[in-house]
Amino acid sequence: MTVTSDVPRADLIGCPNCDLLHRAKPIAEGERAVCQRCHTVLIAPRAAAYSRALALSVANLILVTAAVFHPFLEIHAAGIVNRVSLLDVATSFGTGALVVVTVTSVAMILLVPLLRALLLAYALTPLALQHRAYTGARWAFRVAQELKPWAMTEIFVIGCAVALVKVAGLARLNFGPAFWMFIALSAFVILVDRSLCTWSIWSALDEAEKKPRRQPARRVRQ
Amino acid sequence: MTTAREEGLVTCRTCARVWPGMAEACGRCGARLSSRDALSLQRVWAWWIAGVACYIPANLYPMLVTETLTSRSESTIIGGAIDIAKHGDLGIALIVLIASVFIPVVKFIAIAYLGLSVKLRSQQTPVGRMHLFEVIEFIGRWSMIDVFVVAILSALVQLSVVASIQPGPAALAFALSVIFTMFSAKSFDPRLIWDYLPTRAGSRAP
Ligand SMILES: [Zn+2]
Repeated sequence: MTVTSDVPRADLIGCPNCDLLHRAKPIAEGERAVCQRCHTVLIAPRAAAYSRALALSVANLILVTAAVFHPFLEIHAAGIVNRVSLLDVATSFGTGALVVVTVTSVAMILLVPLLRALLLAYALTPLALQHRAYTGARWAFRVAQELKPWAMTEIFVIGCAVALVKVAGLARLNFGPAFWMFIALSAFVILVDRSLCTWSIWSALDEAEKKPRRQPARRVRQ
Repeated sequence: MTTAREEGLVTCRTCARVWPGMAEACGRCGARLSSRDALSLQRVWAWWIAGVACYIPANLYPMLVTETLTSRSESTIIGGAIDIAKHGDLGIALIVLIASVFIPVVKFIAIAYLGLSVKLRSQQTPVGRMHLFEVIEFIGRWSMIDVFVVAILSALVQLSVVASIQPGPAALAFALSVIFTMFSAKSFDPRLIWDYLPTRAGSRAP
């Protein structure tokens, strides 16, 4: 594979991790194109990726919203019962400087996963339905990808397991419906991220913006 | 094999599209472009120092303050893990130790190693260092486990006078340490690892 200056720029992929240039070639679903030098995965298309990712984003939305308002965990000790929702958990760092921790926890457990689901749904819906891309779809997809490391649903689930053990000697614990929703949610989040091939989605967004609108398209790319 | 920079192009690290070298923002995804970020290493070290600085109080101050009818106890990160182990839950104790001690310390060492290797223009094991960088980016977030445990416990264990759990100051220091270290890893431009390596013909065995 040689790369020369006469290849149109749009046909090139630069490796995000080592800057090596490659020619983008369509590859079969389930196959992967990796960087020749550093083996970073460049393209890994998957069948029905958009509709699956979209379905999962919508499921995420519903689950996060439901999980916030339902009891999450319930504790019984010495005749006293304490029932908490996910929001209670995220806002439990009460006073002073610890408020910073509250804000970050709420963001990492609830807001960022919710926002990501919204942005992905917005960017991917037209792709799944084969419509023209919505205005700002590119921005939505980029921000969703940038937020990825800050969505910590699955880490929170492990945190729950640790907390259960810590409290075991002190009291009896019951799981509320929101707890199970949250377990399902974290599985969904992992599935969404696994089904996203960044390159394929960017190419699909390029294509989707070329589709005509009802009014004649005014904007010409590049 | 040529790099985008050798062709006078700049790669968008978000969407992998290439643009003419003088372009400032990616025309496709809108991300800011830089062929190589000259300040990358400085930012890595600044966040790294902040992360290490917060990690020290995170281990010295209590993470949890437990009050029961008869007693009040404070536990640090390591103390808390030891308590769990004494209860017999070695697996859980191990999770806490890995997330709160092993991962952060390995991360500090690994980022410092990557930063120094680029500074010293190391030619050794670029693929290995790339993988190390990817692993660091992936595992760094898992350190937040203990912060979430504290959040869950302090929300849950509010049983009037029978027992209550409050977060200690270490929770803030530890959360900040994790976040700063994530920023440090994010500031690192892995392309720097490859810049001093030959890319042209003859550099690889055929
Ligand atoms: Zn590469």
